[in-house]
Amino acid sequence: MVPLNWYLMLSAVVFMIGVFGFLTRRNIIIMFMSIELLLNAVNISLVAFSHYLQDMRGQILAVFIITVAAAEAAIGLAIIIALFRNKDTVHADEMSEMKG
Amino acid sequence: MLSELFFGYYASAIVIFSLLVVTRSNPVHSVMWMLLLFFHIAGLYLFLNAEFVAAIQIIVYAGAILVLFLFILLFLNLREELKVKRFIGAWPAGLFVTTALLVIVLSVVRSFVPGPAGKYSIEFIKQETHTKALGKLLYTDYLFPFEIASLVLLVAIIGAIVLAKRKTRSK
Repeated sequence: MVPLNWYLMLSAVVFMIGVFGFLTRRNIIIMFMSIELLLNAVNISLVAFSHYLQDMRGQILAVFIITVAAAEAAIGLAIIIALFRNKDTVHADEMSEMKG
Repeated sequence: MLSELFFGYYASAIVIFSLLVVTRSNPVHSVMWMLLLFFHIAGLYLFLNAEFVAAIQIIVYAGAILVLFLFILLFLNLREELKVKRFIGAWPAGLFVTTALLVIVLSVVRSFVPGPAGKYSIEFIKQETHTKALGKLLYTDYLFPFEIASLVLLVAIIGAIVLAKRKTRSK
């Protein structure tokens, strides 16, 4: 029997790889894919909790997270299309109009 | 023993594929590695007796979201994309922050104590079938979040159309 902690460690490692990609990649599309990686890492730990605690709620939360991920991908990619039309680039460090 | 081996294969494959997704310079390659990653995550869900979530993972993530990403990649000028640097200049800072976070989270995970088990044991799910048990809970206790999720999807549809619409230039 695989202990629950192994799943949590796997989830943490995948989450941190996603954080690294989001922080350091220049291409905004890869940054969005890193966000999908983060959501998947959380889903792994939720489903593992659901199995080991013998409770269905973790899987229901995972289904909701997949729904929100689909909505987020649609909106995010629409924003990328609008950006690409106006700026002709997908690199995050070349978009500095707001001088944040 | 066999289950440990199984988990070891899936875990190492998932970690390697997510590293490849983040580090490849060609975005199309990244999407392809991500496809493999999603299939392995679905395999892990099957291993955890969550067959409905595994099916949803393949249908929605691999079937819908990744295809959307591939469509958007057609906009890119790939030849130019391969020439520029893939990471920002301050990537060691990002690596440092991520490893620090990872060390903190891993040291916390070891002291985790699970709570009391619920009523959805393997025998119960076997008798009820998994999808039926999930649907019963989703359409009774979680009906309100379910309706909110449908609203979120509606907003996403309208928002995506409005954002991506070509503006008509008035001269």
